[in-house]
Amino acid sequence: MPQYLIAVCHDGDYEVDFSTPEAQRLGTQVGAFNDDLQKAGAWVFAAGLHPASSATVVRSAGGVVSMTDGPFAETKEQMGGFWMIEVADLDAALEWAGKAAAACEGPVEVRPAQG
Amino acid sequence: MTNALDEVFRREAGRCTATLIRVLGDIDLAEDAVAEAFAIAAEKWPRTGIPPNPGGWITTTARNRAIDRLRRESTRSDRHRSAHRLHIDTMDPDHDPEPDGLDDFVDVVADDQLRLMFLCAHPALGDDAQVALILRLLGGLETGEIAAAFLVPEPTMAQRIVRAKRKLHDNHASYRIPGSAELPDRLHAILVAIYLIYTEGHTATSGQALTRADLSTEAIRLGRTLVELMPDEPEAVGLLALLLLTESRRPSRTAPDGTMVRLADQDRSRWDQALISEGHDLVVGCLRRNQPGPFQIQAAIAAVHADAPTVESTDWLQITTLYDQLYALRPNPVVSLNRSVAVAELRGPIEGLAALTEIDAATLDDYQPYHATRADLLARAGRNDEAGAAYDRAIELTTNTVEREFLVRQRAEI
Repeated sequence: MPQYLIAVCHDGDYEVDFSTPEAQRLGTQVGAFNDDLQKAGAWVFAAGLHPASSATVVRSAGGVVSMTDGPFAETKEQMGGFWMIEVADLDAALEWAGKAAAACEGPVEVRPAQG
Repeated sequence: MTNALDEVFRREAGRCTATLIRVLGDIDLAEDAVAEAFAIAAEKWPRTGIPPNPGGWITTTARNRAIDRLRRESTRSDRHRSAHRLHIDTMDPDHDPEPDGLDDFVDVVADDQLRLMFLCAHPALGDDAQVALILRLLGGLETGEIAAAFLVPEPTMAQRIVRAKRKLHDNHASYRIPGSAELPDRLHAILVAIYLIYTEGHTATSGQALTRADLSTEAIRLGRTLVELMPDEPEAVGLLALLLLTESRRPSRTAPDGTMVRLADQDRSRWDQALISEGHDLVVGCLRRNQPGPFQIQAAIAAVHADAPTVESTDWLQITTLYDQLYALRPNPVVSLNRSVAVAELRGPIEGLAALTEIDAATLDDYQPYHATRADLLARAGRNDEAGAAYDRAIELTTNTVEREFLVRQRAEI
């Protein structure tokens, strides 16, 4: 069965702070969504990510590895987390994505995995 | 014979392609096979005559040719097929083009056309791509014809179609009719795409001619097909009625010199009564089901216009009421704009302008009809300076030369 990435889109920088009631409310919603995915057998894996400011870019050229600070993409928008799901087809993936968007109360992006 | 063949092609190309996509599981393979089968028909039918079931003949021939080709290329065909297989969940998972079934007759299946409509109008595709795919796969139009109709270079249109097909393929889009829960939204996407094809033919977004009849004709043909496939969907019937009633006014929309004529100034004796009567019957039939939707209401509005022998005798109260219903279903500023035109006819330009001010002007600032309507109402209310400024903005925004000339003339008459 095909696999899809559901990526959580953020407009800009965000805080990782689970102490606020707001964050806990969202966390509960996302937890319930994760349970549904697992019960349906659609779950592959998932993670929330620290903001893009925590990123390091690593390159390898001619056997030499170099590192630079910062995200690779020079955009304000960033991925806050993701799910990999395995479902029958695009329509099923989009249906789960709709539930994901509702759970995290923000837009998500769906992309098919190769293969 | 060429005309007869063209007619068969127009009628059958989309149906055959739709069935072949299911049989072969691959859009490109199906398109190529159908084109090849029509080429064989063009060579053969002038001698043998058109067979009694031309669609079945084309579909069977195309299927056989495609299988022959896959066999000839058998070393890479397994890879090719597994790499390009469209997901077909209505079929058993091991479904394959029957390698030994070349004698089987494959007939066109009506549901395949519906599957193809849902695939082409998939909400994961942009409007432009949906429209292009529908015209290419269901309308059987050449990429060059579609490009010409939308006034874009052929490579641009070709790329748009290739990308759309690739997106559907890479995303494992299914070839299926959506279940009842998603059906209303998915059907609405098809209706909007057909409506866009019609309006593109009706008012060319740019260029010289105000009407491009071919696209309008194609949209009406697609609308008829959809009603045949889904006769119990009142919105599909509503769309067809709307297209027919709008089309009925085509003869009077442009003056002999090519300039645009407003609805209010049109010679109503030139309206096509056969189209009006067909559209009218459809409106009455679908409204009786009492499941109102935006296309049915717009068709009802068009029917009220069609009923009035003169602009003065138009039932503007009913039109205002219908716009209120439409706004309740689809609250959007364009509906409010049209409603204020009706209000102005019913209660005068001052009331019409008052209705206009309820719209958030920022949402329609780039919308030419908003400024043209406002200009007209301001002029009728005697606020000439403001009217002139509104006409200037409308003229600045229009890309259609015929429309521009009309607006320039209107501005000069203030």
